[in-house]
Amino acid sequence: MSPSPVIEVKNVFKSFKTVHAVRGVNLTIYPGQFVALLGPNGAGKTTLVEMIEGIQKPDSGEIRILGKPWKGHEKELRQVIGLSLQETRYIEKLTTFETLRLFGSFFGMGKERVEEVLQLVGLEEKRKAYTVNLSGGQRQRLALGIALINHPRILLLDEPTTGLDPNARREIWEILRSLRASSDTSMILTTHYMEEAEQLCEQIIIIDEGEILKEGTMKDLLGEDSSLKNLDDLFTALTGRRLHD
Amino acid sequence: MIDRIRNNQLWQLIRANTLEKIREPGVLFWGIGFPILMSIGLGLAFTRKPESVRHVALISADTGSYSIILKDDKLGNTTFSMERMPWEEAMVQLKRGHVNVAVSIGDSGYRYHFDPMNPDAQLTYVRLSPVLNKIPSTDIIQHPASSIQYPASGIRHPGYEEDLSAVTASEVDVLTVTGTRYIDFLIPGLIAMGVMFSCLWGLGYGIIDTRSKKLLRRMIATPMKRTNYLVAMITVRLIMNVIEAALLVLFAWLAFGITIQGNIPALLVLFLAGNIAFSGIGIFLACHTSKTEIGNAFINVISMPMMILSGIFFSYHNFPDWVIPIIKPLPLTMLADGFRSIFIEGAGFAQTATPSLILTLTGVVFFTIGLKLFKWH
Repeated sequence: MSPSPVIEVKNVFKSFKTVHAVRGVNLTIYPGQFVALLGPNGAGKTTLVEMIEGIQKPDSGEIRILGKPWKGHEKELRQVIGLSLQETRYIEKLTTFETLRLFGSFFGMGKERVEEVLQLVGLEEKRKAYTVNLSGGQRQRLALGIALINHPRILLLDEPTTGLDPNARREIWEILRSLRASSDTSMILTTHYMEEAEQLCEQIIIIDEGEILKEGTMKDLLGEDSSLKNLDDLFTALTGRRLHD
Repeated sequence: MIDRIRNNQLWQLIRANTLEKIREPGVLFWGIGFPILMSIGLGLAFTRKPESVRHVALISADTGSYSIILKDDKLGNTTFSMERMPWEEAMVQLKRGHVNVAVSIGDSGYRYHFDPMNPDAQLTYVRLSPVLNKIPSTDIIQHPASSIQYPASGIRHPGYEEDLSAVTASEVDVLTVTGTRYIDFLIPGLIAMGVMFSCLWGLGYGIIDTRSKKLLRRMIATPMKRTNYLVAMITVRLIMNVIEAALLVLFAWLAFGITIQGNIPALLVLFLAGNIAFSGIGIFLACHTSKTEIGNAFINVISMPMMILSGIFFSYHNFPDWVIPIIKPLPLTMLADGFRSIFIEGAGFAQTATPSLILTLTGVVFFTIGLKLFKWH
C-alpha cells in the first residue's frame, strides 16, 4: 500500500478576466517526493502553485493538503507549509537575523531555530547585513531560509533561482539536495530551467498554457524517443516552441 | 517568560516595524525635525518686530528713488521706498508684485492705485496716506534722489518735522497676554498636522509599500495573525506620534515659552482620538491598492484640501462665511481647533468631549470599511 499523498490537485481550473491560467490540472504528490513544474513564462506555474499554497482560490476543482481542503483548515495547514514567492522584497533596513526572527515568531520558533537556519542556508556571515544590501543569491537563500524555518513537511518554491548566476544557482541546489537527503519533506519547485528540474527532482511535470503536457521521471520522459537529447528538445517536440522564448 | 514574550509574533512585529522606522533617517527628519524647523521659521517670522520696507511707485516722467521712514517703537519701523517711474513701468512693477501701491499726483492731490482685495496693499495705503497728506505734492515730486538721510525719530521729511510727528503718536497697546501670539496659534496646528501626516504616510503608505513588495502576501502565507500585523503597525505609529508631539511641545516651551493652559487628560484623550481618526483613514486609503504611486495620490487628495482649509497656518475665518460649515467638520479642523482650545483657551473635557467622540467614530467607521475591503494578497 502506498503512503497517503501530501498534495492532491483534482481537475483544477482558474481564469483571470480573459486569461485561462490553469485548465484542468490533476496531480498527486507523495511524502519525500521532489517535483518540478517545468514550463516557459506564463505557462500557469505560479497560479497553480499559489492555489496549492492557499493564496489563490481555484474557480473549480479540488485541492487537498495532507488530505484536508484549505477551507476550514488554514491555520493548521499554514503550520506545515514552507514557501517562497517570486520577487518578494523584505523590510529593507532589517537584518538577515531579524528578518528570520520575525518569520520564526509567526511559527512560534525561537532564536535557536534562526541560528540553525542561518547555518543551513549559509548566511551566518550576513546575519547583521540589512536585507537591502544582500546580493541576489543571498536574498534567494534568505527566502529559502524563511521557507524552511518551520521544518515544513511541504516546501513550495516559485522560481527560486530565476535571475541568479550559475554559482548562486548551484548554492541553492546544494541546500535543497541536502534537505532531500536528510528529511522526508516533499517539494514542488517551479522553473523554466531544464537543468534545475533534472538536477533536483525525480518527478518532472511539463506544463504549458495551463495544461500538463507530460509528466514522469527523466527516463519516462525521454526514454521512448532517441531523437530527444534533453527536456528542451522534448518541449519543442510537444509545442513547437522552446522553453526560454 | 522573557523568551516567550520575545518569541511572540506581536512583539516581533512591533520590534521589526520600529527598527524599520528608526533606521530610516528621513523618518526622523520629517517626523521630528521638520515640524520643529517649521515652528522656528514661522515663529521667528511672525514674532519678531517687523522692520518692513514698502515699495511705492510714484508716477513721474523721470526715475529715481528716496525713502520716507515712519518710526514706531511698538509696531516697528516702516520705510516707504518712493520710486519714481512712468505709469507703464508702474503697472509692470505692480504685476510683478515689486510694488503694491502706485501714487499719482493730480490737481486735487494724491491718488492711490491698488487692488483693494490685497490686504498688504491696503495696509501700505492706510499707513502711507496720513504721511503724504502732510506733505505738499510739489515737494514730493521735486524731492532729490535717494541719498538723503533721515534722523531716526518721528517722521522726517525736510521742513515738516513738527507737523509729521503727530502721525506717529501711536495709540497702540501691545498685547503680551499668553496665547495671543502667532506661535501660540501655530504650535497646536502643527501637532494636528503631524498626527495627520504621520498616520497617512507612516500607516497608509507603509501598508501599500509592504503590499507592493509582496511582503504582505508572504507574511499572510504563514500562521501570522492578520490582526497582529495591523495592531503592530498602529501601535508603533501611536508611540512615534506621542514622541514627535512631545518633542515639539518641549521645543515650543523652551524656545517660545508656550504652555498648556487647559486640561492635560482632555488633551491626551483628544490626541488619541485624532490618532484613531487618521489611523482609520490611513487603513482605508491603503485597503486595496498595491501601487505606491496611487497611495501617494490618495494621500495628497486627502491631506492637501485639509491643509489649506483647516487653518493650520492661518485662521480659516479668512474664508467666506458659506465655506465655514464645510471646514469645521473636517477631521483636521476638529483636531486643530480642539488642540488650540486646550492649549490657549484653557479648555477641558466639556469643550473637547464632542470632537474627541466624533474623531473616534470617524476612525472606527473608516477602519471598519477599510478592513472589509482590505486586500491581503
